[in-house]
Amino acid sequence: MSTIVDDRTGVGLAEFTDEDSAPRVGLRWRSALPPLAWLVLAGITTWWPSPQEWPRTEEFVALASTVAAVLALLAVLGPWLGVFGARVRHAEPWLIALAVIATVWELVTAKLAWLPVPFFMPPQAILEVYLDEGGKLAECVFYSGLLLVKGFAIGALVGFAYGVALGWSPRASYWGHPILRFVGPVPATAWLPFAFFAFPSSASAGVFLVALATGVPVAVLTWSGVASVNSAYYDIARTLGASERFLVGKVAIPAAMPHVFVGLFMGLAGAFAVLVVAEMMGVKAGLGWYLQWAQGWGAYSNMYAALAVLALLCSGAISLLFAVRDRLLAWQKGMLRW
Amino acid sequence: MVTAAAARTETPLAVGTDLSIRGVSHAFALDGKTLPVLQDISLDVAPGSFVALLGPSGCGKSTLLRLVAGLDRPRRGELLGDGEPIVGPDPSRVVVFQDPTLYPWRTVEGNVRLGLEARGLVKTHYDRVGAALRLVGLDRFASAYPHQLSGGMAQRAALARALVNDPRLLIMDEPLGKLDQLTRMTMQSEIVSLWRNAGFTALLVTHDVEEALLMAERVVVMTERPARIAAVLEVEKPYPRHRNDPDLVALRQRALELLGLGATW
Ligand SMILES: Nc1ncnc2c1ncn2[C@@H]1O[C@H](COP(=O)(O)OP(=O)(O)O)[C@@H](O)[C@H]1O
Ligand SMILES: [Mg+2]
Repeated sequence: MSTIVDDRTGVGLAEFTDEDSAPRVGLRWRSALPPLAWLVLAGITTWWPSPQEWPRTEEFVALASTVAAVLALLAVLGPWLGVFGARVRHAEPWLIALAVIATVWELVTAKLAWLPVPFFMPPQAILEVYLDEGGKLAECVFYSGLLLVKGFAIGALVGFAYGVALGWSPRASYWGHPILRFVGPVPATAWLPFAFFAFPSSASAGVFLVALATGVPVAVLTWSGVASVNSAYYDIARTLGASERFLVGKVAIPAAMPHVFVGLFMGLAGAFAVLVVAEMMGVKAGLGWYLQWAQGWGAYSNMYAALAVLALLCSGAISLLFAVRDRLLAWQKGMLRW
Repeated sequence: MVTAAAARTETPLAVGTDLSIRGVSHAFALDGKTLPVLQDISLDVAPGSFVALLGPSGCGKSTLLRLVAGLDRPRRGELLGDGEPIVGPDPSRVVVFQDPTLYPWRTVEGNVRLGLEARGLVKTHYDRVGAALRLVGLDRFASAYPHQLSGGMAQRAALARALVNDPRLLIMDEPLGKLDQLTRMTMQSEIVSLWRNAGFTALLVTHDVEEALLMAERVVVMTERPARIAAVLEVEKPYPRHRNDPDLVALRQRALELLGLGATW
């Protein structure tokens, strides 16, 4: 079970280990700060006069007020919410900080106009993009996600098989190693021009590029993982009557898994990079394409909005991979938590 | 259906391997030179007997065990198990190494069932896993991972992993070398009683004179590298033995003399 305890803020879950007893955390004055901060944001946005009219300001105020109301409710109910309440309390400093950042942002753009206008816009302009172009952005997320999943899956599987073969079989290593050494260091983006004329569609070219960016680090790390397996593990299995197949499947591969995951993380990072470039250069769909399009039209708020969505997509994918690793490699000690 | 384990309790003393080592020499290539390690070793180990190999560190004991296990082939001479040449590893000859070398990604139970899994016997012989775990006192730790075990527990798990295969020859390479004195003394007597109940042939490597004399029926004293057999001491004492037994004390003195330490001790 995970415990969330923060030494600096003193906010923790420890007080909720036995949930049947009456709540020992009473109403805390500190829990009033996050709703207050969001209320201040709503108030300043409404009542501080702007030199220029910004659309969707009312919706933005409504959003900030709603957040304030929900946080106020959570602050009152917190002591009875158990682990969830403790999580909210743990997040309090961040909830305040977000409101402060949004307020400063609102002030320097809409209210005081300190930042040059076409390049910088107040938060309601970003909200406007999500409200007006939400469907289009969702479509872009779908296409980027599809390309990422296809490319990453193919690249990871092929890279893994290639790496295992290289690490296990001298003959596979004789032929496969020079190829990997020669092709591996070339950045996947360098294959872009080739991919777009060699593949029947720009979508399949994109999958190829993402798979290549994923596959190379996975292959290298899997190979080094298999090659560095403690030889005593093999001795043990051999004296117990293990077949070659058992040695590969039940000894070499599980022992190499920590390396494989390092390769998967590197591959995923490479996949993001090549995904965005491929979408900008020719795929004509997805967030990379949207970013390119927004920049071309000088639609800077659309660009920021898409960047935020891209950040969510990438960090979501990384978190998912961490979750898978934590499940599969639970036997390891001293793992980095994401 | 009569399982192998049941069949064995009826004829407990017929299952040990008859091991014969004939004129075995071995060497390693090291920096372009050859490093002779074993020199003309000949030894017969009767079925069901307990033999200890005693020798200075680095003399070639582990090398000899690897040859017996079939993990390596000797440069000269031959090794026979029940009259058949040993040409590769076989599940009837199981090794317990100095390091427990449990697979860290498997639980204790997963490690112990390894041999059954490797031979496709998990379905039919799964009851042996529990039996082996109970035998070494680890039944409550079946679902623990190796990093959660103490050194002694890990070595017990390694022993259970060997015993689950119902070995006919149990090869032990300083299995207790890294344990604390108390755990070590407990496990010495446990291994002896396991051997006495099961009837396998036991080959134990140790550099601890007392351990060899307490556990084995015959103690083979080896020389410095390249190892030759310096002497074979017969320990004709019933079990359980006591370390202060005057006969054992005399044998210890003799063994230490053979190892070149007679004057200092
Ligand atoms: N695979 C190997 N390659 C080269 N030299 C080895 C190898 N294995 C063991 N040796 C050498 O053989 C000698 C005997 O080793 P070993 O049998 O492990 O000794 P012991 O078990 O008696 O302490 C040592 O000097 C060691 O360095
Ligand atoms: Mg050794």
